[in-house]
Amino acid sequence: MYSLLNADRPPVFCPGCSHDRITRALDRALLDAGLKGEQIVIVSDIGCSGLFDTFFNTHAFHGLHGRALTYATGLKMAQPELNVIVTMGDGGLGIGGAHVLSACRRNLDVTLLVLNNFNFGMTGGQFSATTPWTSRVGSGFLNQLERPLDVCRVAASAGAAYVRRCSSYAKNLSKEIENAIRFQGFSILDIWGICPGRYTKRNRLTPQIIEESLAQMPAVDAPIPENQREEYGRHYRKLAAELRPVPLPKKIEAQFEPPERQRRGVMILGSAGQRIITAGEILCLTGLFAGLQTTQKNEYNITVLRGPSITEVILSPDKIGYTGIHRPDVILALSQEGVARRTAVFETLDNTALVIQAPEVTVPSCKAKIHTADFKSQKIKSADWALAALAVLAKMNRVIHTRMLTAALNFKFKNKILESSLELVERVNRAEQAPK
Amino acid sequence: MGFCLMEGNEAIAWGAVASGCRFFAGYPITPATTIFNTMLKLLPPVGGVCLQGEDEIASIGYCLGASMGGMKVMTATSGPGISLYSEHISFAIGSEIPIVIVDVQRLGPSTGSATRGADGDIQFLRWGNSAGLPVIVLAPADAGDCYSLTIHAFNLAEEFRCPVFIASNKEIAVTRENVDLDALERPKIIERPMPPEGNPFIPFETPSGISAPYFLPIGGDVIVRQTSSTHGADGYITTDSDEIARFQERLGNKLISAVKRFSFYEFYPEEGADTLVLTYGITARAARDVHREKKLSGKPVSLLILKTLWPVPETLIREKAEPVKRVVVAEMNIGQYVREIQRVLPNKTVDFLGRMDGRLISPQQIIETIDHV
Ligand code: SF4
Repeated sequence: MYSLLNADRPPVFCPGCSHDRITRALDRALLDAGLKGEQIVIVSDIGCSGLFDTFFNTHAFHGLHGRALTYATGLKMAQPELNVIVTMGDGGLGIGGAHVLSACRRNLDVTLLVLNNFNFGMTGGQFSATTPWTSRVGSGFLNQLERPLDVCRVAASAGAAYVRRCSSYAKNLSKEIENAIRFQGFSILDIWGICPGRYTKRNRLTPQIIEESLAQMPAVDAPIPENQREEYGRHYRKLAAELRPVPLPKKIEAQFEPPERQRRGVMILGSAGQRIITAGEILCLTGLFAGLQTTQKNEYNITVLRGPSITEVILSPDKIGYTGIHRPDVILALSQEGVARRTAVFETLDNTALVIQAPEVTVPSCKAKIHTADFKSQKIKSADWALAALAVLAKMNRVIHTRMLTAALNFKFKNKILESSLELVERVNRAEQAPK
Repeated sequence: MGFCLMEGNEAIAWGAVASGCRFFAGYPITPATTIFNTMLKLLPPVGGVCLQGEDEIASIGYCLGASMGGMKVMTATSGPGISLYSEHISFAIGSEIPIVIVDVQRLGPSTGSATRGADGDIQFLRWGNSAGLPVIVLAPADAGDCYSLTIHAFNLAEEFRCPVFIASNKEIAVTRENVDLDALERPKIIERPMPPEGNPFIPFETPSGISAPYFLPIGGDVIVRQTSSTHGADGYITTDSDEIARFQERLGNKLISAVKRFSFYEFYPEEGADTLVLTYGITARAARDVHREKKLSGKPVSLLILKTLWPVPETLIREKAEPVKRVVVAEMNIGQYVREIQRVLPNKTVDFLGRMDGRLISPQQIIETIDHV
């Protein structure tokens, strides 16, 4: 009879091991499903279940403990036509728990066969995630302290579309496996078995007891109606097909002569919510419109809406090496906590430096020229101060000028935001012109 | 000529796509996240796959599966994630699975400082596998390098069937700068070597003269085996110690014997200089300023910027250091790569400048180290 079993490598399990029955039932199931070796990959975990891939004339992937589902996911996404079957013990189930949960949630068309024999066979019969607390195991009394996991109930509540339990001794085992393989989505089959090498040396377990225990378990009957949905891979490709390819970032050609053709360092000291980083990017773009090179280095707290936010922008006619700013040419001081982060830098300023200071922000005494911008009476809200300060800088014709700034805004923004930012620059221009 | 603005992380993503990378999986982590964000924008619309793993172990596991399925794959993380990748890095080395791994280094140890830079993983990347086998590590200095070295990284991963690391740094990764896309080096794209037709396919057979076994994907018409266990040419477990020894030796040699072909660097020699500044990564940028300043001041120093860190490009280092008495090594840690330089140049004075407090090494500090005799 035709078989996918590798005649040169017969199963090598201990006599009476239920893995042996599962191997043969899997072979039967694959044939009954009409599959050829090259249409299948067996992804095997670690432990005695990790030997499965070697017994079959199919594609094979044997990897690390508990991680079989991760390779299965990558393989299935790369080869959507491939039938991906994972064999994993109750050990792999425990160590790879996060992967089991996300496979259930994801519903990628992969079949997981859990070869559940209630202990770690290969390493000496230690307790696993499914060992009853009454069992005698290789981990002393420790299993008495933990409850066994019912993987089926966990899988069902995690969203697995197909969940079933069965015995290795079930007459229809190959049919059970075939049904799980045929299911279009993530299927999990929890196959209870006997490990004579370790477990039944000290615990009584027979096909009969398994049968009785299974009958007492809460019912799970695949497919789970409330978990039915589109298969992940197909769904992924459908959503992806609606997306448009992203073009390479647009190049900016020099259009203006900058007010100063020298290396200039600008520090913007503000707070989260003041759009400091965006202002830094606009300043960089402003430089590109004058053919300058530029870097922008940021510092912010990992809390997005609180704490200081600082950006350091260099504009230079030459290639920029060091991206730090030892002595800034301009500081835009927009919040007290931003200034506090860089107190020491004010000492470095000489009388060629410029500080543009927002209302109610005080800076340490220094040699720089201080310009206080009256954003409050101009009714500019704090979130716009960074852009407004750039407009002031441009109006003063320091580092940038207004045409450079307008070009950058036109490049960066569209529609409403563009309109309001241009309007803001205009408003600042008018106010800065008016006599104080 | 015109410039666009790009972060190092974005440049890596664009480089990956240009290399033919069509699979990315990652787990969000500062400061590597914008690689994931960019790949998510770039890949799905062109038929590629970008996944967010449930953790770092899963993310690299997906990549290994997809790579064996025939795709060019990449993942990106930072120190804490590299720690979790370790077991899978060993797998990729031992089972010859091509993958590009970006480590956007941040200040460690442990969770350390998420938003501060360092080059603290340089020895970890080399030795973070459970057999101590060599790996390839490339180190960009700016966004342009991020683009070009990523293409090199894919070429090397495909040719040698191995993990290739890009040792980036927060200070390159999320620093925005001008890039002239037309002026960037675009290496020719190399594909995984497929077996010649005719002979039966033996998954790990390595005919002499090629670096790594021929590749066929899992899921193709020919049956392929992959295993993390110590294997013979047929991809089944072997206990033959001669075969095991040959296998280990080949994995070691395939990279070390070829490093001359991929020793990337910038070199600025100065006539009569008795000091060579040797550095890599973000610190290279301060060193370029120093090189220019020292030249103007009439006391020039030579400068060697390494872009291939592992395997150590020993021949290159010896050759470039030959005319000088003294080498100043500057790196953003408390002394990692300097050990290699001391090993390779036992007869030179090697002075060290390190910094690991979240701030960049400044040109001034390098000058002070040079001038302090
Ligand atoms: S140790 Fe247990 S699971 Fe492993 S082969 Fe023996 S009986 Fe089977």
